[in-house]
Amino acid sequence: MFVQLKLLLWFRRESEMGKIIGLNGDEAVAYAVKQTNVDVIAAYPITPQTIIVERLSEYVHNGELEAAFVPVESEHSALSATVGAALTGARVFTATASQGLALMYEILWIASSLRLPIVMALGNRAFSAPINIHCSHDDAMAARDAGWIEFFSENVQEAYDLTLIAFKSAESCLLPAIVNLDAFILTHSLEGVEVLDDNDVKRFLPDKRPIYPYPIDVEKPTTYGPLALYDYYIEMKRQQAEAVKEAYGKIVNIMREYSEVSGRKYSPVKAYFMDDAEVAIVVLGSAAGTIRTVVRDLRSKGEKVGVLSLTLYRPFPEKELMNAVKNVKVLAVMDRAYSYGAPGAPLFSDIAATLYNVEEKPMLFNVVYGLGGRDLTADHVKFVFNIAKEYLRKGIVEKKEIWIGVRK
Amino acid sequence: MSKKLLGWKEIPFAGIIPNTPTSLEYKTGTWRAFKPVHNKEKCIKCLLCWIHCPEPAIIRHDDDSIEIDYDYCKGCGICSNVCPVKAIVMVPEGE
Repeated sequence: MFVQLKLLLWFRRESEMGKIIGLNGDEAVAYAVKQTNVDVIAAYPITPQTIIVERLSEYVHNGELEAAFVPVESEHSALSATVGAALTGARVFTATASQGLALMYEILWIASSLRLPIVMALGNRAFSAPINIHCSHDDAMAARDAGWIEFFSENVQEAYDLTLIAFKSAESCLLPAIVNLDAFILTHSLEGVEVLDDNDVKRFLPDKRPIYPYPIDVEKPTTYGPLALYDYYIEMKRQQAEAVKEAYGKIVNIMREYSEVSGRKYSPVKAYFMDDAEVAIVVLGSAAGTIRTVVRDLRSKGEKVGVLSLTLYRPFPEKELMNAVKNVKVLAVMDRAYSYGAPGAPLFSDIAATLYNVEEKPMLFNVVYGLGGRDLTADHVKFVFNIAKEYLRKGIVEKKEIWIGVRK
Repeated sequence: MSKKLLGWKEIPFAGIIPNTPTSLEYKTGTWRAFKPVHNKEKCIKCLLCWIHCPEPAIIRHDDDSIEIDYDYCKGCGICSNVCPVKAIVMVPEGE
């Protein structure tokens, strides 16, 4: 009876919800990109994103994907080529990590200022030196001021889903979008991923062209990115700032629409046991799963703990965050990146700025963890909760910045 | 460039300029510190100035005589430099 029911459920899933296939994070992104019927891919392979580029070049070579694959000589050229392709009205994709993002940096700003709907996967890897191929959020944070939409995936399923959400968000808001996935923890981990049926992807992301509303037309010459000095530059930036702010509501709706298509719920902020949490952690990326496990464990012992993770990082989900922490007494902000000499690591600064004018707000402290792929263990998370509880008891944050998992 | 400057809600999307060329509206002649003065009597119509002008601010007429377009001439002095008969001389602007 049970087996029959399971089989029945399986068939229902097969027919209605697409199928489950084994993919690592990179492959999941490439699979989603293939399903979008992308026109142009320009990318340069770099660990840990290499598999994305390899799979896409295979899809193109095998005829599974009808796209122009541009094997550029550097990341600077990769993003430059996608800028040119996006200006023609094409659907475009690129991917990079760490040093590659650093090399494309100047073009990041040009892509966003021209309002080009480029989608980029970022296999979050630490910046050199020392050279390292594992996870830090340095690259994601380097891009945070550049005017791109940024999503963070917690697992491989989310990397797949957010890639599709990113295409629709980028194209609806006319802004470039980054999908972050933690180096190796996600890029190289195999998961059973429930993929959408190709037709469902088409319904969610219609195949209309041109995507850019003012495509290059040789019959009608247009100037893109003109010189604008003290007479016009600030007006252009003001317009761009507004576009990124307005994107928030659109992305929320797109996430809701995707939830209906996929049956998997998406929103900018994921709250776990936050309703009555006295102490909580807020985090980005794959660490959220580890922390959730600890929260479940501590909850079973009656402790009022919770965890928040941000699926959408830019535009920053200020209202949702304020709402989610309004009853929290102590909030630990966990950063997998550092900002040298700054009053806080990037996420901490964002959250402190979000809460500064709020009357009832939690005490905040910053936890730096996991740089260069250092594991975050359940014990580390318990240690953070213990510090938070101690600060709650004492009514004061004794150390604003704590590094965990580091030898003295 | 005495037009009313537009606000951020009025400027085109992403600052793109659909009606080209708009560079003609920008009179670069205002940059000039030295002004080329052409002497028609001395001119041998060799057109070296017309070839070398980077703007181009040397207007060529049908009979190969030339005229200087002061709206766009930045006063670089190349025309004066290449003229084989010293038919173009640079004089300080405003004199």
